[in-house]
Amino acid sequence: MNGIHDLGGMDGLGPINPVKEEPCFKDEWERRMFGLFVSCFAGGHYNVDEFRHAIERMGPAHYLETSYYEHWLASLETLLTEKGVVTQDELEARKKFIAMEDA
Amino acid sequence: MPHDHPHAHNKPLSDVELRVKALESVLSDKGLIDPEAIDLIVETYETKIGPRNGARVVAKAWCDPAYKDRLLTDATAAISELGFSGVQGEDMVVVENTETVHNIVVCTLCSCYPWPTLGLPPVWYRAAPYRAKVVKDPRGVLEEFGVTLPEDTEIRVWDSNAELRYLVLPKRPAGTDGLTEEQLSELVTRDAMIGTDVLAAR
Repeated sequence: MNGIHDLGGMDGLGPINPVKEEPCFKDEWERRMFGLFVSCFAGGHYNVDEFRHAIERMGPAHYLETSYYEHWLASLETLLTEKGVVTQDELEARKKFIAMEDA
Repeated sequence: MPHDHPHAHNKPLSDVELRVKALESVLSDKGLIDPEAIDLIVETYETKIGPRNGARVVAKAWCDPAYKDRLLTDATAAISELGFSGVQGEDMVVVENTETVHNIVVCTLCSCYPWPTLGLPPVWYRAAPYRAKVVKDPRGVLEEFGVTLPEDTEIRVWDSNAELRYLVLPKRPAGTDGLTEEQLSELVTRDAMIGTDVLAAR
């Protein structure tokens, strides 16, 4: 499938800004996201191709505006709800609960 | 208003933070993931799996011609001789920089990268500008990294994919004849093994 992820040769995306040394993860949520990906992969819930395909199915504007691990989050939410492992309602309810606890 | 719970009040959790926490919490309740296992996975990638592994492969190839031959013929097997194998390194190809050829690795579609030898990819490797530009203007990309190659050097750009991952074998820097394999490995940078750095003479 072609799409916005197929970036090879595209002009005008700005400078690369390479950084020589940087932490493996920028935020705690990126750590958890990485661990969730590996755990669910090991649990057999999807293969790498499905995982990437779910990223490639993100809306093009959303894809460009969101960070790398947000792509992972979107992919995991898509795959796990499509496969019936979790439901959108469960995730929404838990999110509200955690936000309330945090307040 | 005073609260009776003990957590520190910084800024409220962002939407992304809430979504990740919700996902982890629901999956954990269902017994599908173990939060402590996540701690361990993260710690492994933060402390044990990284470009020092790839640097050992490179230094060994510089010191041991028979190993270098094996590395260039069957990289996956040669790399696993040093104990580096597994997820995202199942099928490896090593490409050698020479006097006339310089290799650069990218994943234009996403972020495919040899985890067992280089760890997790840097932010710039996963971001749109590098992925877009390096296949079209590799010399321009190298300039952004402060690297200028001779005009007549052939540049080969390798586009990784989910099955196949590349590692660049950089040229051994001049002036390193007396160094041990371990000392040599300390000279090898992550970017040199991606192809966006050239190791300076000593």
